[in-house]
Amino acid sequence: MTDKPEQKSSLWKDAVLRLRKNHAAMVSLVLLALIVSACLVLPAIPGLLHDPNALNLPNKNQPPSAAHWFGTDHLGRDILARVLGGGRISIAVGFITTLVAVTIGVMWGAVAGYTGGRTDAAMMRTVDVLYALPFLIIVILLGKTLEPITGGLTDFFVNLFAGADADTRARNDTRAWVEPITTLVPLFVAIGALSWLTVSRIVRAQVQSVASQEFVEAARSLGLGHLRILFRHILPNTVGPIIVYTTLTIPGIMLFEATLSFLGLGVKPPYSSWGILIDEGANRMLSNFWLLFFPTLFFSTTLFSLNFLGDGLRDALDPKSAKD
Amino acid sequence: MAILQRFLQGMLVLFVLFTITFFLIKALPGGPFQSGERAIPAHVRAKVEAYYGLDQPLHIQYTRQLGNLLRGDPGISMRLEGREVTEIIGQAFPVSLRLGVFAMGLAILTGIPLGVLAAWKKNSIIDYGAMAVAMIGICIPAFVVGPVLAEIFGRRIGMLPAMGWSPADPTSWLLPAVTLGLATAAYLSRLTRAGMLDVLNQDFVRTARAKGVSEMRLLVRHCLRGGVIPAVAYIGPAFAFIISGSVVVESIFAMPGIGMHFIKAIEVGDAPVILGIVMLYGILIITANFLTDLAGIWLNPRLRKS
Amino acid sequence: MFARVMISPRLITAVLPAVAALVSCQRGNQADTAIDEGILIIGNAAEPRGLDHHLVTGVPESRLITSLFEGLASDHPYLDDVSPPGAAKSWDVNEDKTDWTFHLRRDGRWSDGEPVTAHDFVFSYHRLLHPDLAAYYADMLYFLVNAEDYNRNRRSKILLSNDRVPGATWEDFDGLDGSPDESVDTDGLGSPPEWERAGDEEARARFVRARGLDHLPPEALDWLLESPDDRYSWPASAAPEQIRALLTALREHHGEDLFEIANVGVTAEDDHTLRIRLRESVPYLPSLSCHYTWFPVPRHVVLAHGEITDRFTPWSRYPNLVGNGPFKLKEWRFHDVIEVERNPHYWDAENVRLNGIRFHPIENPYTETRAFLAGQMHASYTLPPDLAETIREKHPENLRQEPWVGTTFIRFNTTREGLSDVRVRKALALALEREQFVEHIFEGHTTAVSMSPEMGEYSPEPVLEFDPERARELLAEAGYPNGEGFPRYSLLISRSSARPQAETAQAMWDKHLNISITIENRDWGSYIAAQQNLEFDMASAGWVGDYLDPTTFLNMWMEGGGNNNTGWHSPRFEELLREAATKSDAAGRFAVLRRAERELMNGMPVAPISHHSRNYLLHEAVGGWYPKLLDNRPWKHVSLER
Repeated sequence: MTDKPEQKSSLWKDAVLRLRKNHAAMVSLVLLALIVSACLVLPAIPGLLHDPNALNLPNKNQPPSAAHWFGTDHLGRDILARVLGGGRISIAVGFITTLVAVTIGVMWGAVAGYTGGRTDAAMMRTVDVLYALPFLIIVILLGKTLEPITGGLTDFFVNLFAGADADTRARNDTRAWVEPITTLVPLFVAIGALSWLTVSRIVRAQVQSVASQEFVEAARSLGLGHLRILFRHILPNTVGPIIVYTTLTIPGIMLFEATLSFLGLGVKPPYSSWGILIDEGANRMLSNFWLLFFPTLFFSTTLFSLNFLGDGLRDALDPKSAKD
Repeated sequence: MAILQRFLQGMLVLFVLFTITFFLIKALPGGPFQSGERAIPAHVRAKVEAYYGLDQPLHIQYTRQLGNLLRGDPGISMRLEGREVTEIIGQAFPVSLRLGVFAMGLAILTGIPLGVLAAWKKNSIIDYGAMAVAMIGICIPAFVVGPVLAEIFGRRIGMLPAMGWSPADPTSWLLPAVTLGLATAAYLSRLTRAGMLDVLNQDFVRTARAKGVSEMRLLVRHCLRGGVIPAVAYIGPAFAFIISGSVVVESIFAMPGIGMHFIKAIEVGDAPVILGIVMLYGILIITANFLTDLAGIWLNPRLRKS
Repeated sequence: MFARVMISPRLITAVLPAVAALVSCQRGNQADTAIDEGILIIGNAAEPRGLDHHLVTGVPESRLITSLFEGLASDHPYLDDVSPPGAAKSWDVNEDKTDWTFHLRRDGRWSDGEPVTAHDFVFSYHRLLHPDLAAYYADMLYFLVNAEDYNRNRRSKILLSNDRVPGATWEDFDGLDGSPDESVDTDGLGSPPEWERAGDEEARARFVRARGLDHLPPEALDWLLESPDDRYSWPASAAPEQIRALLTALREHHGEDLFEIANVGVTAEDDHTLRIRLRESVPYLPSLSCHYTWFPVPRHVVLAHGEITDRFTPWSRYPNLVGNGPFKLKEWRFHDVIEVERNPHYWDAENVRLNGIRFHPIENPYTETRAFLAGQMHASYTLPPDLAETIREKHPENLRQEPWVGTTFIRFNTTREGLSDVRVRKALALALEREQFVEHIFEGHTTAVSMSPEMGEYSPEPVLEFDPERARELLAEAGYPNGEGFPRYSLLISRSSARPQAETAQAMWDKHLNISITIENRDWGSYIAAQQNLEFDMASAGWVGDYLDPTTFLNMWMEGGGNNNTGWHSPRFEELLREAATKSDAAGRFAVLRRAERELMNGMPVAPISHHSRNYLLHEAVGGWYPKLLDNRPWKHVSLER
């Protein structure tokens, strides 16, 4: 149980090696990289895609064609451009929120599970209270409270990128891409700070189970510090469920964004996200299936990839499979 | 003794929950007495608010509401004017409960075996297949699955009702229960697989295999206990959540469950209904989490000592 | 053995059809079964807030209540401007259309067999207007003489006007306002102000003003009587002894219901003769009386469960509810179903075609449409616009698109900088391509040329048009050439179904005026609150008429109107409305109303876009169901036939 630097790097090397042998994980990684880079890069290239917000009412509800590869929506907008543009928002929201939630959840659950006793009881009863609070009300109030902050943030970034003395048009153009991010990020950090409950319960259960095993007793009898035992010996053994739950949280959050936008807290029209596109598509799937198909395709592919990649990572990082 | 302690903790949780929720509701914009675009004249609004005691100082409203709840009566709804909250919950909860138990049963019976199977045949075609099915359950949200199921079974095949609720007719709750349980089943199978893999990697499994213990026996008798710990930790809150109503599924299938009452009450700030449902949900969560903690202890023999 | 049974071909041939039959017949077709039973199954949008029609305001409630109750006149099966007799057999009216006498039918019965009398109507209007009942929709009866004073509890005015104050009349107290003064600082008095908390002279004086003269407790009146002149600011025209007399009268009548004294314009001449006196000329009273606020409540049932002013008695629940309509309540489960069945005591029971109606409060229009197509319903409440195309192709026989008296519009907050300039509002209105909205966004709507749609003889002057040139000029005149420096306003919407129209307006303004706006989607409570508190820039809104007369679209824009919410008002507009109220001939009245509407459009506090359409699905077996401008279903004429 010594931890010389060389050994650590070889552990990492082993992990990467194992990951590269896992075909499902590698295919997923490539797909994920493709989708993420497509969403980030393609909409930024001028003239490549249609304007995702340009209305063309006479051209509404067109099936896929050479001009519009994914067809057009109920207002004649290009679905391809909207899916890629929406992907930016969904990916940003999904990852940031989940990161916040999982970090808090892992810490909370680990400490509660490891400490036990009164601390554990107090921490877990807090979780109970948070579970039962009407989340929707909190989110509505949160949105109202954050409004001045996000407003200020937007103005700050618009001034930064467009310059304070730019003309109205230029400022509005800058605002167009700044605003969806500045209004969403604070909100979703806040939501992340409220969505860690189940993670914490799962981690606590795992930590309790691992903490009672012999090797932890051994570490304790060696006189190692609590923090060290918790973070170096126990948590690595719970990484499997954590990764799995992390990859499971992302789709939920992405769809939750759509729900929130109907309360005015998510992305503002005419901008879109995968969740909103899927919701709009679900209502029209009988007549115009492509409205649902393409957003769902991107959404599902991303999440499939994430999950298989997560499984691969789990296997690769598992300290016990290193012995194989 | 431990149970009594947990009970007292539960009461404290409920009290804190009530207090926070009460003030959250008071912070909501808008008022409960407006259902359409039409404005309510000020003199009428003042009278109606007086009926509900909303003209009283906040601390009096708070103690009055708390007293009502302690007597087991959350009061009178402001949206469905004059109807007792107990009557509303009394009608809606059995629907959500039945639907939730059905959905949860479905989820446990499919999700956990699928997860065990996937872990056992790790990285095989069975594993990928099972996990792909699970991922579909997660990636395709209920607001897509529900309408698709209703369209296929309700309209095209015409076997099951596309909407509506009839307590006597189980076919009317099949589609909503499947829609509701699908994502939970998927979560369970993924969590079970992860938990099982952790257990299957442990030394005692190799020892057992070397001793010639049959695979079936190994999986069920030796590994399942430890393997379902993460899944069980998830089941508790998920169960409480599911039986307290899902507004998405209720809306798609026009089910008279609790979820819709809750959303509608929040929309207008109908405090007695919100508080009634939140307290019910709180009790469910506390009970469910207590039971899962017990199950966790039972599943993990080493914890039993402490 | 089990395996052998399983593979026996004979068994399979025997079992398969049986299973198929079981499956298909179990689910059969609910709509078809119900046709045989004579029960209509329809979607009804939302759970009603209640069935006490004095306490509700919504459309779903209205549909239920019209099946359970009947007004003096009733809805014609297909004509909009004719109101056949209902609970009243006939009526007479004076020249001015201000004094009406309704002759109730002698065979009119409540659903428990009790006779329907003129006293029931007087009781109903009394109850609706009673200040302590606090009915939301009481203003629908303000047409009655003195009804507004009674409902607003203007006690001093009522006492003074009806000779209850010796030696003083209302004219002597010209300018007296007995209502609460909201501007008074109530610090230390509690909310609402309490007499006990007001210790010193100054606090008591504040209390009196905060409560309003008409709402004082006896202690406060006594205190005022001690020294009236020093403690309240009276109109200069009132003499000290008159003030003393008024206070004494207020003290004497304290807590008393002033309905009789107020002389509200509804009286029972005898058991079957109802006299209604109106404060203005209302030629359309029979049509107005088809609105549920004018329906009777059963006096004997309401009083059996509580006082006239009790809001929450169970009289209007199952099984207590008693009505005088063609149907009576059979079952009521929240968010599930309300079923009504044939009322045997209804005067025209033999001509009621249905045995019952099931109202399903389905909020989700997609669910409702699926259920209709799956054969579970006879009529849906509303068809989502994006399904219209498919339905038109595949089920044209079921699609109904009918004009509906309603207007979609964009509401401006005229107190906002920029929007306070009428040129800016006009520019925004002129840049909207209404044809595009009607063709692509609002399924079945018609383009609006003014606020109110055409109704019978009335058609408003066409004002609205699409003129981007003019719009740009106006914007430049207002100081925003080519949209330069135009503030970034937000457009408030409340439902995701309003997104397409908001996005379209956003794109049109961007294209034609080079200005960009934000769309704010809020929850319903915030949406309403923001408009009422004038904390918004623009809002996408709609209005549906209550009765077939342009005033239902015009009166709301008066100063202080609860539904105005624009900060706009115009003395000239209000003067024209008052002038119209004195005209009893339809043509002259409409001419004045046209001028009033023109005045409203000159101010442009709202930019109307289109007039509503009722889009829904209707089963072929439903008969006696015709387009109605107000969408009021005369249920007794509806039938089901194969």
